[in-house]
Amino acid sequence: MHMADALLSPAVGTTLWAGTAAVTGYASKKLKREIDDRMIPLMGVLGAFIFAAQMINFTIPGTGSSGHLTGGMILAIILGPYAAFLVIASVITVQGLFFADGGLLALGCNIWNMGFYACFLAYPLIYKPLVGDSQKPARILVASLVSAITALQLGAFSVVLETLLSGKSELPFSTFVLLMQPIHLAIGIVEGFVTAAIINYVRSARPEILEGMAVSRPLGAEVSLKKVMATFVVLAVVTGGALSWFASTHPDGLEWSIEKVTGRGELPEAEHGIAPVLKGIQEWTAFLPDYNFKPAGNEPKKEEAAPAWPGIETGTSMAGLIGAGIVLGMIMLIGMGIRSFRRREM
Amino acid sequence: MTFDEKYFNIGRLDRLSYQDTCLHHLDPRAKVIATMLFLITVISFPKYEVVALAPFFLFPVLLMTIGEIPVRFIVKKVIVVSPFAIFIGIFNPLLDTGTAIVISGVPVSAGWLSFFSIILKFALTISTALLLIATTSFPAVCHALRRLGFPSLFISQLFFLYRYLFVLMEEAMRIIRARDMRSFGRRGTGVKVFVRLVGILFLRTVDRAERIYYAMLSRGFQGDIPTLKRSRMTAADLTFMATTIAFLGVFRFFRVTEGIGRAVQGLFA
Repeated sequence: MHMADALLSPAVGTTLWAGTAAVTGYASKKLKREIDDRMIPLMGVLGAFIFAAQMINFTIPGTGSSGHLTGGMILAIILGPYAAFLVIASVITVQGLFFADGGLLALGCNIWNMGFYACFLAYPLIYKPLVGDSQKPARILVASLVSAITALQLGAFSVVLETLLSGKSELPFSTFVLLMQPIHLAIGIVEGFVTAAIINYVRSARPEILEGMAVSRPLGAEVSLKKVMATFVVLAVVTGGALSWFASTHPDGLEWSIEKVTGRGELPEAEHGIAPVLKGIQEWTAFLPDYNFKPAGNEPKKEEAAPAWPGIETGTSMAGLIGAGIVLGMIMLIGMGIRSFRRREM
Repeated sequence: MTFDEKYFNIGRLDRLSYQDTCLHHLDPRAKVIATMLFLITVISFPKYEVVALAPFFLFPVLLMTIGEIPVRFIVKKVIVVSPFAIFIGIFNPLLDTGTAIVISGVPVSAGWLSFFSIILKFALTISTALLLIATTSFPAVCHALRRLGFPSLFISQLFFLYRYLFVLMEEAMRIIRARDMRSFGRRGTGVKVFVRLVGILFLRTVDRAERIYYAMLSRGFQGDIPTLKRSRMTAADLTFMATTIAFLGVFRFFRVTEGIGRAVQGLFA
């Protein structure tokens, strides 16, 4: 599911942008050294293939509803983590620009959610060890299932975390998790089965294709993962630091960052980042009996926002409303004016 | 929306981007930077801000009118992708029920304010992102990104994707049509057939990549896609960026909307 710009705070958006940019830079640097030119068109065309494959839908057995391929895991299996990450990044960029899925600031989040976990966690740590050297269809099925489910669960959980850290939505942690994770469990199961079936089909039809690509596949993803993570943490701290400095020079205007930014990269994280999450997991079991939308992780933020309200008078908000009406009217007039001026010119 | 429509839509967005207006002539880098600044400014407004967002509609409206982009087309595309933001945002009025403001006797809850804030931000960010492509063209944005320091391998991915997107989508559409012709009702749309279709599509894609590679080799491909077009930042580009930054600064840090409203209230009081 695509994250949207409107739900993001600048701090979360830029942090994830920095993380994604770091991984993209790292992956392309690594690839440039290790692949031959033949891979470049192949990767690009496979990105287009994912789009095309998403157009073809199928009936999910037993439910009657229709589904389609998401494609992250299959790319990782075919191309290896680095190349697959770049292809996924380009697919999501085109989706963001052409279909307006998500938006440009959320691009970092979306690439991270849908690319990073599939390529750098699920593929090297789950798929590869599970499949081993044997490459038997049954093992491929199990490995794809587990890795697709894991990747999608982590991605969905990241959407939840990014939304909560941004603080634009009131949705409590536990409700949001219960909304997102089961949906993505279903998607993951379907994705796993379909991925395995396609891989096995290609294996049986043209086995040389997958092997040919495997040769150019760089090894040793575990070592580089650490480096990537280290870069990400450094970048997160740097962006966080820069943003909170920027915010503190305008203490009245930019309420957005301080506590969330510092909560992202430094020690006080225990207060904001991990603690509510753990609390949410703790309350998970206690949550179901009394399903009354009790805010679990979000409580402190609400309290912070509350004191702002008594200070606002009726007169102020009325003035705001009138002003907004006038401003929007003026913008419409400007737009229509330019339009008619252009038309007369032609 | 069916995929035929979706496909038609990207084609249309693409065609719009090759129009001949002064906005289309600006340096792509200037437009990319201005758009990103605009997005960050819009998103930086606090959760409950509604009225201060109004002036920001001037930016997409100007892009739309000066760039001669049909309003309906953009509005339609924004509405099509809105469900996720609405789905997440609609919980705010349900959960955040404290009264925030009273407008002529009618209490408005904080949740509705934050919901409207999300919707306005959504409309602003999505329409501006679409307008960037509609006034700049995808290849030009790619070149701009590369000159702004994005890795060239990633940029060449974008180029290939863009080139072959249309080709492969047409191929997929032919496959779908052929399947639909042969499958009455639900038959033939199961997973088994799907896997074969996608498998075939994949094999064809790989073969196509091979042919593309040889064709490119014979044209002197050395692992990079250079451009002949040399773009330089002109005075017009710098003016455009400076104006945008000034516009963003004024409306971000001064409560202009409320000021106008107060002045008008003062006139009639």
